[in-house]
Amino acid sequence: MYYIGIDIGSTCAKYAVLNEKKELIRKHVQPTGWSSVETAESIRTQLAESGIPWEEVRSVATGYGRVSVPFADKTVTEITCHGRGAVWLHNSENMTVIDIGGQDTKVICIEDGMVKDFVMNDKCSAGTGRFLEVMANTMALTPSELCELARDGGNTKISSMCTVFAESEVISLIGRGEKKENIAYAVVESIADKVASQSSRMSMNSGLVCLTGGLCECDYLREVLCDKLKRDVVTQPDDRYAGAIGAALMATGIRR
Amino acid sequence: MANYREMWEQLGMDLENHDNLCAVLPTAFGDVYLSQENRPESMDFWDMVVADIHGIRPAELIEEQKKGRKVFGTFCVYVPDEVVIAADGIVTGLCGGSQFWVPDGEAVLPKSTCPLIKASVGARLGKTCPFFRIADMYVGETTCDGKKKAWEILGKDVPMYVMDMPQMKRAKDVTKWMEEVEDFAAVVEKTTGKTITPEKLAESIHIINEKRKALARVYETRKADVIPISGKDALLMMQIAFFDDPERCAQMANRLADELEQRVKDGVSVFPAGTKRILVTGTPMAIPNWKLHHIIETSGGAVVCEETCTGTRYFENLVDETGTTLEEQYRAIAERYMGIHCACFTPNTERVDDILRLAKEYKVDGVIDVNLKFCCLYDTEGYVVEKALKEAGIPVLGIETDYTDADAEQLRTRIEAFIEMLG
Ligand code: SF4
Ligand code: SF4
Repeated sequence: MYYIGIDIGSTCAKYAVLNEKKELIRKHVQPTGWSSVETAESIRTQLAESGIPWEEVRSVATGYGRVSVPFADKTVTEITCHGRGAVWLHNSENMTVIDIGGQDTKVICIEDGMVKDFVMNDKCSAGTGRFLEVMANTMALTPSELCELARDGGNTKISSMCTVFAESEVISLIGRGEKKENIAYAVVESIADKVASQSSRMSMNSGLVCLTGGLCECDYLREVLCDKLKRDVVTQPDDRYAGAIGAALMATGIRR
Repeated sequence: MANYREMWEQLGMDLENHDNLCAVLPTAFGDVYLSQENRPESMDFWDMVVADIHGIRPAELIEEQKKGRKVFGTFCVYVPDEVVIAADGIVTGLCGGSQFWVPDGEAVLPKSTCPLIKASVGARLGKTCPFFRIADMYVGETTCDGKKKAWEILGKDVPMYVMDMPQMKRAKDVTKWMEEVEDFAAVVEKTTGKTITPEKLAESIHIINEKRKALARVYETRKADVIPISGKDALLMMQIAFFDDPERCAQMANRLADELEQRVKDGVSVFPAGTKRILVTGTPMAIPNWKLHHIIETSGGAVVCEETCTGTRYFENLVDETGTTLEEQYRAIAERYMGIHCACFTPNTERVDDILRLAKEYKVDGVIDVNLKFCCLYDTEGYVVEKALKEAGIPVLGIETDYTDADAEQLRTRIEAFIEMLG
């Protein structure tokens, strides 16, 4: 039997395949593009071509595009899946998971391997990957370039939480001739502040704090978060697949 | 919808814009309500009322006005219906629950006003709701700041009387509220031209108590292990209760309760076994605001109780019927109403007690605390509510939303995740 988790996020689509022994045997990430239906279809093709016999597959779809995966046996929200995936990846039953996704940011509290509580940002995109992306675009950088540049900056602040207003703030900072690294610093600070204030709405347990999702590769953001939360925030390369892995783990529970 | 154009025209409504509203409502109702399976048969009454919501009841009200009776429009469950009915008046609720009315409200109110107030003001000023046209007098109250100031704007367009609500619940506040009830009675008498006698007031107290008991009977069946009625259907009954004739409301609710009690005996549930039982707490849901219930009940949950003004706050506690003088009766009325716990009071710990009690009585798996965007009172109190629930080991999800559909998918993810979390 193969257990497949498909995580259709707003920016990236990921999948993970576990074998009978729950070992990760395949993972993949690609841009979601404008159609989650087409993305799901392309994932199905890739899986079929990889030689996995479809009769021996149990699958779960997650992420904001989870309803666009007609071939999945079940849908489960990304909150449950990120929680499960992080527990598996970090081999820890009590932890806090911070997932900074493209569209939303979640802080998930895990106790005994189960989601105990969570907070998720409201409609607006402050403190999400989208916010970082918009600001990076404005500054003609990639999100990871922006993050690394931020390390050398300081002394600048973006006060607006709203992406649209913050973008005009960045533009006027550029206009004023502010150094790029200082603006980058302000952008990362703003994201970390928002995430930290979200976390404060929930009582975090004393376990591990881990960063999952697309932004887990920005090491500087992780450092700033450590600082703001006064906790050690850990991450590892596969953390961006936490949702997909969690979904695959959920698939192991499916009986037909 | 049947043809009521002539009536609407005479009410001075904006027919063209009103047509837009009439065009969307049946589809919305069909999608949210008629798609449900195994609904109680007695819901046919409410289905009929909704199908002609701007026709049947408004026409009835106009008939009564022709006989000389007066219609009072209210916006809050603290305004005592008993007093109006004792003076041969009619009460109709006037709260707006649709985004449709919000832009007209935003034309005169700050955007950062709660959607309920914006929709209510918009329904009047935009001339797109017959109830808002029919009412001879509006009765407001000084509950929240948004409402208080909105009355000043509405008062320029329609006769408006405002009751001064106490902010605390001390003995002297109850006395003060009793005086307010007496002052209101004098205004009602003047408007209707009828005198309130102890006999008439006793009768109206009885009528409203019977209505409360009937609604409570329906809620009582929702405590059973099987869930005989969806939260959406119960909510609809409550929403219409604000508009309907109180005796008919009681009769229909009792008929529904008969059917539901039988369903409980027969073990009939409208949800599969294992569906998570949810208590909704917070701000009122005026018709046709079915948004949150619909999302919950299509995400693996069932709403089994509402601690809102369109829920238990509307019918819990009865007015003592033993008073024989007007003074005793007004005091009994004041005491009953001051026993409702809205977030506009401070301190308001009794509301938290109510929520914990309801969570137990209705055997809920989790609580969803909802507050309408920009409602500072319920938003702030939400902190205390959530804390108390967590301490009691009851999972809780706080939600802030408005009447638009913009956040529907986000809400669905959160609510689904919450229900997954309940196991
Ligand atoms: S929430 Fe408070 S102010 Fe609003 S209707 Fe209820 S009791 Fe009145
Ligand atoms: S929901 Fe809150 S802000 Fe809106 S009318 Fe009621 S008390 Fe006032």
